[in-house]
Amino acid sequence: MADEQTPDAKPKPAAPAHAAPKAPPTMAAVPWDGELPGRLKERFGEQINTAASYLGQNFLVVKPEAVFDLIEYLKLEAGFDYLVDITAVDYPKRELRFDLVYILYSFERNERVRVKTEIPDGYRPRSVVDIHLTANWLEREVFDMFGISFDGHPDLRRILMPEDWTGYPLRKDYSIIQMDNRWVQENLGIESGQ
Amino acid sequence: MAETFLDSSELVLNMGPQHPSTHGVLRVVLRLDGEKVMGTECIIGYLHRGVEKIAENRTYQMFAPYVDRMDYVAAVSNGLGYCLAVEKLLNVEAPPRAQTVRVALTELNRIASHLIWLGTHALDIGAITPLFYTMREREEILNIFEKYCGARLTTHAFRIGGLQYELYDGFEQDVSAFCDMFPARIDEYEELLSGNRIWVDRLTNIGVLNAAQCKQYGVTGPLLRAAGVRWDLRKAQPYSGYENYDFEIPIRENGDTYDRYIVRMQEMRQSVRILRQAIKRIEPGPIMAKVPKVIKPPVGEAYVSIEAPKGELGYYIVSDGSTQPYRVRVRPPSFVNLQALEPMAKGALVADIVAIIGTIDIVLGEVDR
Repeated sequence: MADEQTPDAKPKPAAPAHAAPKAPPTMAAVPWDGELPGRLKERFGEQINTAASYLGQNFLVVKPEAVFDLIEYLKLEAGFDYLVDITAVDYPKRELRFDLVYILYSFERNERVRVKTEIPDGYRPRSVVDIHLTANWLEREVFDMFGISFDGHPDLRRILMPEDWTGYPLRKDYSIIQMDNRWVQENLGIESGQ
Repeated sequence: MAETFLDSSELVLNMGPQHPSTHGVLRVVLRLDGEKVMGTECIIGYLHRGVEKIAENRTYQMFAPYVDRMDYVAAVSNGLGYCLAVEKLLNVEAPPRAQTVRVALTELNRIASHLIWLGTHALDIGAITPLFYTMREREEILNIFEKYCGARLTTHAFRIGGLQYELYDGFEQDVSAFCDMFPARIDEYEELLSGNRIWVDRLTNIGVLNAAQCKQYGVTGPLLRAAGVRWDLRKAQPYSGYENYDFEIPIRENGDTYDRYIVRMQEMRQSVRILRQAIKRIEPGPIMAKVPKVIKPPVGEAYVSIEAPKGELGYYIVSDGSTQPYRVRVRPPSFVNLQALEPMAKGALVADIVAIIGTIDIVLGEVDR
């Protein structure tokens, strides 16, 4: 409609252009103080960005190159001898695209801690299989779903998806109805799985 | 892979994915020297449905029924873990009545899951009769589920903040009748199996996994307890009021297949003990906490785990403040425990492989998600 272009048209009640864009809400985490984070900060210094707690759950945000040493230290010196899980979260708009998350548990302390690190696409984090054998399949799944390759992993192959599949399904730019058409046509003999 | 096999005297044997003893579509490639297993490789993913991807495209409530389809013989436990994780993000707690009913239904489901395990495990080893008995008792549990929510397997029994339905009249009586009947039935199973020479010989010192190995491989649940670690999340980090119940964590020392059998049998007795306490505690009151109709947890993340029948079942949920979770990661006990097949099977005989797969108690829906 031409009307909308005329100067008489009602101005939209939008925020003025010079106003600062609303900051995206962030996690309301509180600092995590105590004996363990103190010790870790002393040992790893600048490599630990944050030691915080959210909903009573403690987590550390560390530099990617410190992850291996930190997890080893936590296992040998602090009793975190059970690697519960490794996973990743994709933030495609961020320069450091992925959050890599390690969840650790200590039987002795009955305590959990999450170790998080931010890595760019293409970064090869060091595999922790040498510390926790359970990391083998967990890292394979992260590789399968996000395309993060782990350096020094003994057997880095896809685990849930077919081995010759292309694409990493849990990346945010992989649509929920997307698939590897070539694979589907070759292996299933149908045009499309949809 | 093939080259290394061809130039040796070893034989590669493919087992599954269509095989009655792999409990679903699990494929195991065995490397054999005569009858001895030199190595195994699990090929999984046949049942992969992308549950974690689906979660990112559904609202919090819409995703709840999907979790039932992971470990489909313990759907109630899956639902409980998911609801607790979202409740943690929302910072709400289910009211006491809902918590007690949750405990009752989850323990019933634990028994049902263990019964499936016992029946199929025994069948694999050649004892056919227990399967019929365990299915008979499991039917009683499924009837209770059916009366409660209309579904027998994929129950979707809980809602975020409480229960899906109010209890039906006579729930307590039904559970109580089950509790009166069931211990004698466990005695019957044990009479058939515990002292049975074939059963004992086929299980003792098979698939041994000691406590240190369990921790290395992240193995939890009855496998860890059979190796002598008294660790159960219901005691270690209680949820849903488990701290108020009087029960024990059965453990054994050797960590072999027989010990895992004993541990699960005792766990069923302990579940009956919890059930008896739970039905006495069901008090009148609301079944839902104050939860908004549109669930939008504040920006943040939480990891919540429960003691599912098969081990630690965890949900790591990241919220970006919208109605859909930004990321849902399921930490499935079956997936992690299955990785320990390799050390358990090394050096065993081919015939023992079915015993070892059975004793891990996997459900492929949960392994592959």
